[in-house]
Amino acid sequence: MSTTTSSIEITLNGRQRSVPEGLTLTGLLEHIDIHPRMVVVEWNREIIRHEHYSEIVVRDGDVIELVHFVGGG
Amino acid sequence: MTTTTTLPTLRDEPLTIAGRAFRSRLILGTGKYRSNDVMVRAFDAADVEMVTVAVRRVDLDRTREEGILYHLDPAKVFLLPNTAGCYTAADAIRYARLARAAGLNNWVKLEVIGDERTLLPDVAATLEAARELVADGFVVLAYTNDDLITALRLEDAGCAAVMPLASPIGSGLGLVNPYYIREIKRRLSVPVIVDAGVGTASDACLTMEQGVDGILMNTAVAEAQDPVRMAVAMRHAVEAGRQAYLAGRMPRREVAVPSSPTAGMLD
Repeated sequence: MSTTTSSIEITLNGRQRSVPEGLTLTGLLEHIDIHPRMVVVEWNREIIRHEHYSEIVVRDGDVIELVHFVGGG
Repeated sequence: MTTTTTLPTLRDEPLTIAGRAFRSRLILGTGKYRSNDVMVRAFDAADVEMVTVAVRRVDLDRTREEGILYHLDPAKVFLLPNTAGCYTAADAIRYARLARAAGLNNWVKLEVIGDERTLLPDVAATLEAARELVADGFVVLAYTNDDLITALRLEDAGCAAVMPLASPIGSGLGLVNPYYIREIKRRLSVPVIVDAGVGTASDACLTMEQGVDGILMNTAVAEAQDPVRMAVAMRHAVEAGRQAYLAGRMPRREVAVPSSPTAGMLD
């Protein structure tokens, strides 16, 4: 059996989302139009440094958090 | 030849936290402003050098405004990340590490809240988180209550500053326990920065008169009718309170002592 589009299910910022299979973290950020320099990525509870984004491949079931600084006291 | 007179410069030490000197003893939060433009103008008016920021999910729907770094330049103002919204030590530690990963600094304003209604700190959890974050190399500024014992323990745990509240966050109730704040300042070696509860200029002035090293406030400025004007007021108030403290106030008395001579009155 083959599929014409390969996508995987991940949890991104608390919501289920389908993304293309085979993306690295860099690719994921591009896919959702987020500039990597403005965010911090937590991948399956592990904080990933910017220089490693292109090394990590997003897999089905991954739980990813993208955070940044906002106003606060 | 000059035709203007200038006041003598009243010397004061800078506020030094973990070896870093700050000229301003007023620290502002970046939350609750009606607009980023007002916020930036308030910060200019207050002449602050350090502001706090929170760590939150990026809004992937883009219905909210972009992150704070679009409006503040970390090269011009020191950004102190907080762990606001955390109710456990583990959460606070997680948020602190996320903040550090942004690459600006390794400082954190540690907050671990124990009660949603009052936003009072869970001091046991704060101590636990402080110890772990200090061991992990963070510069920890710990939000706490006005309990002396907790303040001493936070200092022993290696916190770079202890931040006792004046009154609950966002309450504007001012300094409810000046005695406890004075005692904390007497006993600690690290800077004591009162954080939370200041409502207006007189609160800030009174707080600085206790001898503390600085004040952190957010709501007092952000929720004023005119935040920029309130920022100016706060700048003056913090300075006034500080100078009054350094000047050494007169004693309080329960009897009157005349200010004009008693001798030389007419028959």
